[in-house]
Amino acid sequence: MTQIPARITDWFSTKGWSIHPHQQEMFDRAQEPATLLIAPTGGGKTMAGFLPTLAELAEGQHTGLHTLYVSPLKALAADIGRNLREPVEDIGLPIRIEDRTGDTSATQKKRQRADPPHILLTTPESLALLTSYEDAPRMFRGVQRIIVDEIHALAESKRGDQLMLALARLQTLCPGLRRVGLSATVEDPEAIACFLARHPDPCRIIQADPGPDPDISMLKTAEMPPWSGGGAAYAIPAVMAQIKQHKTTLIFHNTRAQAEIFFHNLWLANEDGLPIGIHHGSLDRQQRERVEAAMVRGDLRAIVCTGSLDLGIDWGDVDLVIQIGAPKNVKRLVQRIGRANHRYNAPSKALLVPANRFEVVECVAALEAAQAHDLDGEPRGTGPRDVLCQHILIAAAAGPFEADALYAEMRVAGPYAHLTRSAFDACLEFCATGGYALRAYDRWQRLQQRPDGTWQLRDPRAAQRIRMNLGTIQDTDTLKVRLKRSRGGKPLGEVEEAFAASLTPGDTFLIGGQIVRYEGLREMVVEVSRRADRKPRIATFSGTKFATSTQLSDRILRMFAQPDWPQLPRHTAEWLALQREISQLPQADRLLIESFPDRGREHLCVYGFAGRNAQQTLGLLLTKRMEEEGLAPLGFVATDYATLIWGLDAVTDPRPLFRLDALRDGLETWLAGNAVMKRTFRASATIAGLIERNTGGQRKSGRQATFSSDILYDTLLKYDPDHLLMQITREEAMRGLVDFGRIEAMIARIEDRIDLLRLDRVSPLAAPLFLEVGKVPVKGEAEERLLAEESARLLRAAGLSPA
Amino acid sequence: MKPLAQPAETSEERIMNRIEFTFAGQCLSALGSGALWWPDQKLLCVSDLHLGKSERMARRGGPTLPPYDSRETLTRLATDLSLTDASTVICLGDSFDDLDASAGLATEDKLQITALQAGRRWIWIEGNHDPGPVEMGGAHLFEWVYNGLVFRHIAQPDGQGEVSGHYHPKVKLTTRAGAISRPAFLLDHTRMILPAYGTYTGGLRSSDAALTRIMAPGARAILTGVHPQLVPMPG
Repeated sequence: MTQIPARITDWFSTKGWSIHPHQQEMFDRAQEPATLLIAPTGGGKTMAGFLPTLAELAEGQHTGLHTLYVSPLKALAADIGRNLREPVEDIGLPIRIEDRTGDTSATQKKRQRADPPHILLTTPESLALLTSYEDAPRMFRGVQRIIVDEIHALAESKRGDQLMLALARLQTLCPGLRRVGLSATVEDPEAIACFLARHPDPCRIIQADPGPDPDISMLKTAEMPPWSGGGAAYAIPAVMAQIKQHKTTLIFHNTRAQAEIFFHNLWLANEDGLPIGIHHGSLDRQQRERVEAAMVRGDLRAIVCTGSLDLGIDWGDVDLVIQIGAPKNVKRLVQRIGRANHRYNAPSKALLVPANRFEVVECVAALEAAQAHDLDGEPRGTGPRDVLCQHILIAAAAGPFEADALYAEMRVAGPYAHLTRSAFDACLEFCATGGYALRAYDRWQRLQQRPDGTWQLRDPRAAQRIRMNLGTIQDTDTLKVRLKRSRGGKPLGEVEEAFAASLTPGDTFLIGGQIVRYEGLREMVVEVSRRADRKPRIATFSGTKFATSTQLSDRILRMFAQPDWPQLPRHTAEWLALQREISQLPQADRLLIESFPDRGREHLCVYGFAGRNAQQTLGLLLTKRMEEEGLAPLGFVATDYATLIWGLDAVTDPRPLFRLDALRDGLETWLAGNAVMKRTFRASATIAGLIERNTGGQRKSGRQATFSSDILYDTLLKYDPDHLLMQITREEAMRGLVDFGRIEAMIARIEDRIDLLRLDRVSPLAAPLFLEVGKVPVKGEAEERLLAEESARLLRAAGLSPA
Repeated sequence: MKPLAQPAETSEERIMNRIEFTFAGQCLSALGSGALWWPDQKLLCVSDLHLGKSERMARRGGPTLPPYDSRETLTRLATDLSLTDASTVICLGDSFDDLDASAGLATEDKLQITALQAGRRWIWIEGNHDPGPVEMGGAHLFEWVYNGLVFRHIAQPDGQGEVSGHYHPKVKLTTRAGAISRPAFLLDHTRMILPAYGTYTGGLRSSDAALTRIMAPGARAILTGVHPQLVPMPG
């Protein structure tokens, strides 16, 4: 096809639109096997993806499925469906469009398999599920194109790996399948292209005009930001003033708890009663949909939100984005800012609001990076093997398979292009037997080889369980919150199970912007009552804490090297100057460590700038090394830039503590027993199918699942430490929650350039760390010493003599 | 001159981490592991091993735990036996999670128990989880009276010189750097309650009414751990 059919261009004209150059180019390149479009929000990206499909289907020649559209969000799939039906109906094209997500009814799903539409809008999980049915070849017969929307977001998680394996399967069923990826601005388009294309096919990258640079600045406030914390309550009046000056404002937060607290404070200051909503992943779906609908109607002046609005439907009239708290990551900041002003070729407007003094530095660094188009991102590693295990099980659910053919098929998926045969065989062995230590259990003996050499499920009924546990999204274990009252009660949202377990009747917390009182737990539901008269206990249902990116941390260190800081507010510049006078400012190629006494304890502050997760791991490993050296550590706390450790004795020579081999050894042995490693294991074990979250329609409570996964982990650690899942856990530990990779990078960077400064009191830069939450106690010799002390004191007090 | 013979290290010297005390006229030691050691009788007493707990939970449809908890418990017991060189072992009840658990124990675990029993007098006291005799070597008794001490599973109101288990007692201490909780021995002038020795067993705070009711005022507690600690029992 060389020309866009006149019917379609005419429709564009009647709308007063013209075809953008990138839309035309996407059309011209439609026959190529893979194309990646990079375009800002509002650039007609989706239409660019669908134009060739509409043109190819315009004559009504095609029967069955023609185009699959995959998006990371169910809501987005539904929204695209609405937007697409409009031209199709206006023009009168003979095209049937349907969506298929977790929300689609069972009848509808069944009908779709028998009689598929021309265009199916779906999610990675629903697509993987479709490939697990025996009739998948019939359903997908003749599929021509697949469009992967928001591919930059999918590529950041295992959902992307799973999707690419499903695409490899589809490509076998439909050899002529052409792939299209739609992406926001990213730092490395080639990496996304490799991820998308069938290996080793080429992938063309089309860049749309990025539009004018965004207008980003720091929010001016009358009050100074506090020394620590993430609430940004000081900025409420200034934020309120901005809301009044704009049509619609999106106020982004990094965690759900921060969003709740900010919304509460904003509401108290909302004297004019402006319509302001809140939107985050812990809220009940109905509540979220109400807010989304109000937003689309233009009824809201502001929405307090989290990453739940990072992607998704076009909000249209947003004219200001406010980011509360340091953005942690320049790329995400730029993408969030892109949510404002969706009119093409108009600059987006954004304001940054640091929540505390250190974040002032980080916000200014992020702002400078955004202006310099210096985006950050971790290079994508090879595809993880837990996803591979799940894919093998999905393949088995669809019917018997040949190991050679499945291996060859997986290697056309970009993330698995370099998968070795031995790695594949290990995954197959695990799926078949559960691995050496678990070989005695029937439940993990899932595959068997048939006389002809193909593999099949040992028990065909297992297919149902595999489908029920499909997916790679690890939601934290949450419990529903309802008002205790009439039957059922109104759902308010969800809180983490661990948070619910910490509540006692009478405790109050914030959810959905209201203060509620905990009444009790009934059948896995947290029952609450409304309580407006009390100060809330802080809601800590904020699972994700992002770590500041390597590139942003480097930028902060470069800023520290300046002789003075004209770009920083005076209070912050003075703080840094004072640090330089009393101690030193951290430098990129050296490691600054401060040692000082405070309130009867010794402290050690390590400025590693390795991000929150790695600094946390460093805290665990260093306190272990200190324990071995008899330095009696008591606990530590970590932020994105430093770890503060306290204990009974002072450290005089830090060098032995930082030997990479000793730290790595600690990761292998001691940290192996840590809860963070267990959580890492649990996620992979669930994806690989070792642990089932769903069994026979009944969802296990999180604590039950944790119990058995923790014990499985301990068992494998002791009796089968080279089990496939243990290998995967160690690989995962290099990034994510453990992030040991960044500790290695830090030590490689500083080598032995460690500066230990002995101070007589806490330094300006270390002081805010004392106010941080999330302190981790260390159990060891210090605890034995304290117990001995306390025991002696109690015995003396009781007039007894020690035994 | 004849060189002085190097005295062999005695079991008393090998057991570093213990607290000695006198109870019902006998000199006893609480070990950091949670076992009770009676040096004069070369007797080691452990309570609430709960062997086969994971197997039982799986049978009853609970979470599936691998069966290695039993091996873990038995390994710790083997260590204590080699340290003390005990000639008598008393398992103070709830040694098995239930009767089926003793039958369903893995062959390796059964073999290890047999190996530990070799050359020793071994007494299984009945508990509420394993009331009947079990298919395992050794004597099976409801209770056992010996040199002024009575060993039984659950403390009785009129117990004298009574050593029991059942409650899995724990003690929480508030130190200058926060609270620390440990399984603990509880003892007063007439009775003592042993902590649970099993691997996956929970615990009951010493402040729980069930325990404050039984123990006399002025009772003491010995916290288990690397260095066991004696304290007045927190009520």
